Amino acid sequence: MNVNYSELFRALLPETALVVGALLVLAADLVLGRTRTYGQRLRLSIALALVAVLAAVWGSCIAGVDGDAFRGVLVLDTLTLVTRIGVLLLAALTLGVLTSTRLRHPTEYVAIILLATCGFSVMAAAQQLLVAFLALELASLSLYVLAGFDKTRPESAEAALKYFLFGGMSAAFLLFGFSLIYGLTGSIEFAEIARQLRGMPANTLLVVALVMVLAAFGFKVAAAPFHLWAPDVYQGAPAPSAALVASASKLAGFTLFGRMLWVGFAPAAGSPLPGGHETPGWLFVVVVISAVSILLGNIAALAQSNVRRLLAYSAIAHAGTLLLGVVAAGSVGPAPLFYYAATYGLATVGAFGVIAVVASAGRCEALTDLAGLHRRSPLLAGCLLVFILSLAGIPPLAGFFGKFIVFAVALRINGLAGPAGWLAVLAIAMSAVGLYYYLLILKQALVVRGSAERSTAIPVPLGAAIALVVAAALIIALGVFPSAVLDLIQ
Amino acid sequence: MNALPCTIYVSFTGALLALVVGSRSALAARVIALLTALTGFGLALWAGMNFVPSRGLQTLVDAPWIPELGIRYHLSADGISLTLVVLTGLAATAGILFSWNIEERVGEFFGLFLALIGGVYGVFLSADAFVLFVFYEIAIVPKYFLIANWGSTNREYGAMKLVLYSFGGSALVLAGLLWAYGLSGRNSFALADLANAASHFTPAQQSGMFALVFLGFAILAGLFPFHTWAPTGHVAAPTAASMLLAGVVMKLGAYGCLRVALPLFPMGFAYWQPVIAWLAIAGILYAGLVALVQEDFKFVIGYSSVSHMGFVLLGLAAANAQAVSGAVLQMFSHGVIAGLLFAVVGRMVYDRTHTRKLADLRQMPLHRLMPFAALTFVLAGLASMGMPGFSGFPSELTILIGTWKTSPWWAAFAAVGVLIAAAFTLRVVQVAFFGTTDRSVAAPAGSRPGHHQPHDFPPISWAERAGALLLIAATVYIGLKPDVLLNWITPALQSPLMQTVLKGGAP
Repeated sequence: MNVNYSELFRALLPETALVVGALLVLAADLVLGRTRTYGQRLRLSIALALVAVLAAVWGSCIAGVDGDAFRGVLVLDTLTLVTRIGVLLLAALTLGVLTSTRLRHPTEYVAIILLATCGFSVMAAAQQLLVAFLALELASLSLYVLAGFDKTRPESAEAALKYFLFGGMSAAFLLFGFSLIYGLTGSIEFAEIARQLRGMPANTLLVVALVMVLAAFGFKVAAAPFHLWAPDVYQGAPAPSAALVASASKLAGFTLFGRMLWVGFAPAAGSPLPGGHETPGWLFVVVVISAVSILLGNIAALAQSNVRRLLAYSAIAHAGTLLLGVVAAGSVGPAPLFYYAATYGLATVGAFGVIAVVASAGRCEALTDLAGLHRRSPLLAGCLLVFILSLAGIPPLAGFFGKFIVFAVALRINGLAGPAGWLAVLAIAMSAVGLYYYLLILKQALVVRGSAERSTAIPVPLGAAIALVVAAALIIALGVFPSAVLDLIQ
Repeated sequence: MNALPCTIYVSFTGALLALVVGSRSALAARVIALLTALTGFGLALWAGMNFVPSRGLQTLVDAPWIPELGIRYHLSADGISLTLVVLTGLAATAGILFSWNIEERVGEFFGLFLALIGGVYGVFLSADAFVLFVFYEIAIVPKYFLIANWGSTNREYGAMKLVLYSFGGSALVLAGLLWAYGLSGRNSFALADLANAASHFTPAQQSGMFALVFLGFAILAGLFPFHTWAPTGHVAAPTAASMLLAGVVMKLGAYGCLRVALPLFPMGFAYWQPVIAWLAIAGILYAGLVALVQEDFKFVIGYSSVSHMGFVLLGLAAANAQAVSGAVLQMFSHGVIAGLLFAVVGRMVYDRTHTRKLADLRQMPLHRLMPFAALTFVLAGLASMGMPGFSGFPSELTILIGTWKTSPWWAAFAAVGVLIAAAFTLRVVQVAFFGTTDRSVAAPAGSRPGHHQPHDFPPISWAERAGALLLIAATVYIGLKPDVLLNWITPALQSPLMQTVLKGGAP
C-alpha cells in the first residue's frame, strides 16, 4: 500500500494555511501582545488571520480541480473549489465584522475562527465517512467555543452549553448511523457505499442508519424538528460567532450533505413514494424535514420580538428551502444549492455584522433597539436594507435569484407530480409570510424615529464597514449576474 | 422606439442621484427628480411620435442574461405598452410636481419614488416572464417605505397591508409561471415560448395556471373581493404615492393580466371568463356604493379607483377587440384622472385644511377659498363620471359596447356603475367644495391651535398648477382625440398571441 503524501499535502493546502495561520496568530500574540493595547492585539490577530485566509484561497486554487485525491478520501471538483472559496470569503467577512466587537481574549477567538474554517474547508472536500465526521466535529467543537466566548454575559454560556449538549448528541447519532452503514456495506467511502447499496433490498438496519444520519444533519443545519438550539445560540452567542454559525457552517454543511446523500446513498432502496424506483428511500424524509422547517421557521418568526431570534427562525425557514435544493441537486446538480447557500451566507453575515456594530454602541436585542438606525448610521441602515431584502427574496438581490432557481429546478424535476413541486409551491406561499417579519426589522431601522437616548451616531470601525459594504456589493452583483457563480460549477 | 429602455435606466440613475444629493440639498434632489421624470416622459413621447404600429411586439433589446435557465434580457413594446409607458411618464412628472412641498428626508423620498417608477417602466417593456417578474417585484418594496415614512392616517398598517397583498399576489404569479415553466420542458421564460408550450397542456392544468397568474396580477388591479388593500393604502399614502398607486401601479396588475395571464393560458381563461366578469361587475357596483357613503374625502377617491378599475377588468374579461382596447384606454384615462383627484384631495385640500372629513369640509366654502382646486376637482370629477369631452367617456363607452357584444347582461349591470360613479362624484363635489358659507368664517369647532383659519390658506403653488394643468390637458386631449391611443392599441391586439384570446366574442 503506497500512499502519496505529496498529493495529500497539495489537496490540503488551504487547511495547512489555516492551521499555520492559527498557530501564528497565537504565537504573535504571545510574543508581542503583552505590551500592546487591546485594539492593537485585535487588529494584529485579524490581519494575520486575513493573510492566512488569503493564503488558503490561493491554496485552494493551487489544489485546483483534480478529481479524487489521496485514494478517494478527498475530492477536488469544482464544487469543492467554490465551496472552499465561499467559506473562506464568509470567514474573512466574519473577521472584518469582528473589529467592532469587544471580547476578553481576541487572539484566541481569531485562532478558533481559523480552526472552524479549516473544518468547513475539509467538509467541502470530504467524500469518506470518517473524514466527513472529523471535519464536522472540528468545525462543531470550534463553534461551541465561539458561542460561549463572551464571558461577561450568562446568555453566551447558556448558548454554548445548549449548543454543545445538542451537538454532542447529534454527533453520537451521526457516528452510530455511520457505523451501521459501515456494517452494512463494509466501506466508508461514498463511491463504494453506493456500489454496495445498489440492489440491496430495503431493510430495517439501513432505515435506522439513514434516519440517524438525517437527524444528525438536520441538527447541524438547524432544520426543524432539530432546530431547538438555534434561537438560543443566535441570541446568546457573540454576534460574529452567530454570523459564522449561520453562514459558513451552513454552506459547508449543505455541500457535504448533498454530496453524501447523492454520491453515497443515492441507490438506497425503500422509497415509500409511488413510482419510487428511481427515488432513493431517504428522499421522503428530507422532503418532510424541509416542509416542516419552512412552515415552522416562517410561522414562529412572526412572533419574535428579538431581532436575533427572528433571524434564527428565518434561518430555519431558509434551511427548509436549502433542503429543497438538496432534493433538486440529484437531477440538476449542486449549482442552485450552492448559489442559494452562499448568497444566504453573505446576507446573514451582513445582518449579524450590522447587529454586532449596533450592539457595540449600546444594545441590540429587541427589534426596537434598531429604531432610528437611518439617523444613527445611514451606512448601517443601507447595508441592513440590502441584507434583509435579500433574505426576503426581493430582486435584484441575490436572495431572490437563489429562491427562484431552486424553485424553478424543483418544479422542472417532475412538475406538480412529485413532492419537490409541491414543496416549491409551499415555499413560494410562505415567502409572502416571510416578507412580513423582514419588513418589521426594516420598519424599525428605516421608518421609526429613535428615542432621544438612542439618537447618537454609531461609529463603524473601518474593518466592519469594509466587510459590510463588500457583502452588500456582492449580494447586488451576484443577484444581477447570477451566471458568474452558476458557470463555475459543472 | 429604441430609446424606450432608457426610461428604465434613467429612472434608476435618477433615484440613486436623488438619494445621494438629497442629504446635502433638498432642492437639488427635487430638481433631479423632476428632470429624471421629464426625461422619462420625453423619451416616451418621442417614442410615441416615431411609433409605427405593427402587429405584435417590436423588440427593443434582446440579450442572453442567465443561460442556465434560458432567461434573456428581452425588452419589447407594442401599442399597449407604449400607451402605459406614456402614462407612467405623465404620472411620474405630475407626482413629483405635487410632492414639491415634501421637506423631510427629501432625497430618500424621491429616490424611492423614482425606483418605483423605474420598476413600472420595466414591467411595461418586458417580453420575458422572468424580466417582467423582476421589475414587478422591484416596484413593490418602495411602496412600503413611501407610505410608512411619508404617509398619513394609519400609515404603517396601510403600508404593510398593501405590500403583503402585492407580494402575496406576486407569489401566486411566481407559482403559476414556474409551474408552466417546469411543465413546458423548454429552457425559456420568453412569453412567446411559454405560450407555445402552454398550448400542449391539458385544460385542467391551464385553468390552474391561469387562476394562479391571473389572480396574482388581478389582486394588484383591485379585483373584488381582493381590493381591500387599495382604499386603505391609497388613503395612507402621501399624495404622490397615491397618485402613482392608483394611477400606475394598479395598471401593472391589469397589464400583467392582459400581457401574461390571458395570452399564455387561453383555455384556462375560457374556463374562468364568466367568474372574472361577474367579480369585476361586483367590484364596480360594490366599490361605487361604498364610495357613496364614505365620510373621508380620500376614501371616496380610493373606492372610486376600485370601481373604475373594475371596468378595466370587465373589458379584459369580455375579451373582444373593442372591449380590450377600451380597457387599455381606460387604464390610461383612469391613470390620469385618479392622479388628478388624489392631487386635489391630498395636496391642495388636505395640506391646507388639515382635514379630509367631509363634515368639516362642508363648513368651508372651498370654491371661494381655493377656486383653482375647486375648478380642477370639478373637471376631474366630470372626467371621472364619463362626460363627453374627457377621456373617461370614450374609454368606458368602448368597454360597455365591447362588453355588450359578449354579454348584454354584463354591460347592463356595469352601466349601473356609471350612474353610481356620477352619484358619488357629484356628492363629494357638492359637499367638499360648495359647502355652506355662513358658518365658514368662524373656525370649525374643535380645531387645534395653529390650525389654519379658512381665509389664510397658502396659495396654490406653481408646481401644483403645472401638475394639474398637465393632467387636465392629457384627459381633455384624449377625450377629444381617443384615436391617438386607439390607433396604437388596436394593431397590437391583432398579434397572433392576442388573437388566441380575442377570437371569442369578437365580431
